[in-house]
Amino acid sequence: MNLAERSFITKLCQSCGKDPHRLMDIIIGVQGAYARVSGDAMNLIAAELGLPRVDVESAVSFYQFLSKEQKGHVRIRLCDDIIDRMYGFDRILKAFSEELGIGLNQTTPDGKFTFETTACIGMCDQAPAALMNNVVVTNLNSDSVHDLVESLRKNLNPEQLVKKTGNGNNSHPLVRAMVQNNIRRRGPVIFQDFTPGEALRKGLAMSPMEVIRSVKTARLRGRGGAGFPTGMKWEFTRAAAGDRKFIMCNADEGEPGTFKDRVILTEKPNLIFEGMTLAGYAIGAGEGILYLRGEYTYLLDFLNETLKERRASGLLGKSILGKDGFDFDIRIQLGAGAYICGEETALISSCEGLRGDPKNRPPFPAQKGYLGYPTVVNNVETFCCVSRIIEHGAGWFAEHGTKGSSGTKLLSVSGDCRMPGVYEVPFGISIHELLEMVGADDTYAVQIGGPSGQLIGRADFQRTICFDDLATGGAVMIFDEDRDVLEIVQAFMDFFVHESCGYCTPCRVGNVLLKKKLEEIRAGKGEPSDLEYLKSLGETIKATSRCGLGQTSPNPILTSMAHFPDAYLKLLHEDKQGYQPTFDLDEAVATAARIAGHGRVHHED
Amino acid sequence: MSNTITFSIDGKEIECKAGRTILDAAEENGIYIPRLCHRKGVSPHGSCRVCTVIANGKPMAACTTPVTPGMVVENDAEEVTAMRKAIIEMLFVEGNHFCMFCEKSGNCELQALAYRFGIAAPRYPYLFPHREIDFGHPDVFIDHNRCILCARCIRTSREIDGKEVLGFVERGPRKKVAANAEHGLRETEIAVGDEAMAACPVGALMPKHVGYQVPIGKREFDHEPIGSDIEKEAKASTK
Repeated sequence: MNLAERSFITKLCQSCGKDPHRLMDIIIGVQGAYARVSGDAMNLIAAELGLPRVDVESAVSFYQFLSKEQKGHVRIRLCDDIIDRMYGFDRILKAFSEELGIGLNQTTPDGKFTFETTACIGMCDQAPAALMNNVVVTNLNSDSVHDLVESLRKNLNPEQLVKKTGNGNNSHPLVRAMVQNNIRRRGPVIFQDFTPGEALRKGLAMSPMEVIRSVKTARLRGRGGAGFPTGMKWEFTRAAAGDRKFIMCNADEGEPGTFKDRVILTEKPNLIFEGMTLAGYAIGAGEGILYLRGEYTYLLDFLNETLKERRASGLLGKSILGKDGFDFDIRIQLGAGAYICGEETALISSCEGLRGDPKNRPPFPAQKGYLGYPTVVNNVETFCCVSRIIEHGAGWFAEHGTKGSSGTKLLSVSGDCRMPGVYEVPFGISIHELLEMVGADDTYAVQIGGPSGQLIGRADFQRTICFDDLATGGAVMIFDEDRDVLEIVQAFMDFFVHESCGYCTPCRVGNVLLKKKLEEIRAGKGEPSDLEYLKSLGETIKATSRCGLGQTSPNPILTSMAHFPDAYLKLLHEDKQGYQPTFDLDEAVATAARIAGHGRVHHED
Repeated sequence: MSNTITFSIDGKEIECKAGRTILDAAEENGIYIPRLCHRKGVSPHGSCRVCTVIANGKPMAACTTPVTPGMVVENDAEEVTAMRKAIIEMLFVEGNHFCMFCEKSGNCELQALAYRFGIAAPRYPYLFPHREIDFGHPDVFIDHNRCILCARCIRTSREIDGKEVLGFVERGPRKKVAANAEHGLRETEIAVGDEAMAACPVGALMPKHVGYQVPIGKREFDHEPIGSDIEKEAKASTK
């Protein structure tokens, strides 16, 4: 490590107050500057922060975007999810590989490029997409790859790839992204005009308890997918003892097929921050953290600017809007590529500078969250709803949607339809209605709620999106008849294996076993008893896993087996000769045959 | 206000102090809940999931779940046993465990649990991962082939030995125990007398030079199944 790097790291640690809880900011900073966090860098960071070196290595090796090995100047990360796979992922991967002259996970000998894939980057409505360092490139096709690489070779600056910026704030000078919002339907709650301060002014005229009561009267439930009553969560946190309390906004939108938070962050950041501030007022918190997934780093400067403006307008900081004693501020914590950090306790771990392992519950974050203090963690969309509830009243909000699921829901729609994008719909909409709205005519299967949700077929299209029927964080992936159900399921299982934190046995091992069995079945080596094997293994993983990831990861297999049994049955067969289909006699005796000097010993008739 | 809580395990009424975990409360009452990552005296981890019980109808890890008044716990139930067996089998196929020539054989908690549950062979296919052995330290080695990622060594080293010699790196199926150094154990302060050495339930973190010294018949689990000590204490005290 040279002197410049040493001094860069030392200064970075100092600027974070040598606080070990700020480890994420430090290692992300080092990775950004040097395209790696070397062993020497780990030693230095550990010494500066007073941490064991292995704890620094633990975090660096946990997050996908951080690496001990040297990466290229430009890190090309092709988004690998089922939607991208449907729209040319293989061709684009091949094109990049040929153009760069390297395979996946390799760096060019001149150190200019590293080529990798990454889990869903939240661009399914403009797939195929990729990240070039922090720059998002959308609507890729194999023809454009040559030009992209050519241009990058010239200046190694991915920002120059953005020739035409997207609509709305995607064209903001601090964003400058080619990303499109694709807001297809504006409902009454999220995508209407909002004047910053409007809701807060009304909220601060109420007592904190009245704010909580409004949220409860509106019957607001968490928008991340689990649907926990928001008001109740706030009440618990308010009642919990603690010198400090925290508000956290979960903008680690990692569920494949979900991208609505990206659009809210781009277009309605004030609605989010205002909701967080109201939450802070309601529970008595002084600090808020918005956890922004690393994939959305391109929004960081814009969001920080918005926070600055809010401070300047008296909407954040000391004595907000002149209210004595109400001090609240927000900072943004960047993630670095880990789906699990969308799990609320893993998100807290990550904010604390740890690897993104979920925590044991109880205690729940409402009792002991960030740094052990009572903490509210809510979804981006939930905070937006809070702002509107206070702005327009609980009664107004509860008029929308259904009795058990009030308000609207943002859906991220992608796959086989004419109008992919974000839809704000009232709860209670049926899948039929939705498919018609998005221009999907020949739908065979719909994945509701992303991989952790469920895959449903035509027989279920009369069902409705709400907490009592099809609950969802918002991902809706649409598949026509010519799609291979098991290919979809395979993509989801690949994802879960990749994203498991590895803490608990059933998730770490069980998902690998599910994935392997699925691969065998798809290779024609399945037998009828495999269905029971998958079911029983899947149920065990769900029942015994420590957090929501493992408790839902078998869903792609379990729900596709329930709704598309033929997709499996047509591939399963008893072996005629009485062997297990997975047993390959030729392969088993290949070594012996070679040693004995003859060829294949077993011949099919 | 009373500090005692009443709850039940498999229909048996049990009293314990408030704040106890299900696992500890059971143990104090002579009921053995199988476990691997749990070790007395260090903070609970909740990672192996072998101690899964059904508490008020929900599967929970007994080592991290506090007892609540009136809680109904199922421990010796067919459904629970099935889950535990599945998890033990997963641990066997995940690593490379060859009991027949492992020096931990007879003293290994994973092996002992398999015997207790009557597991002859796992139903899952072996994954045969490629894993390394850190043999660079003069007195101590880590054989990652046998590691079950229970963190007992990490926690014991930090909480009891007061050292920071080990930690976890990587994630998912690639997760592993790592030395707090660039080049393995030899650059750490680990010592053969550390409590962490005794904490490993399997043959992963091991002392050198002493393999196979205890003859068959004298090893920890040669005569009675794992957990018998806890169950025996209960029998003795009820007499």
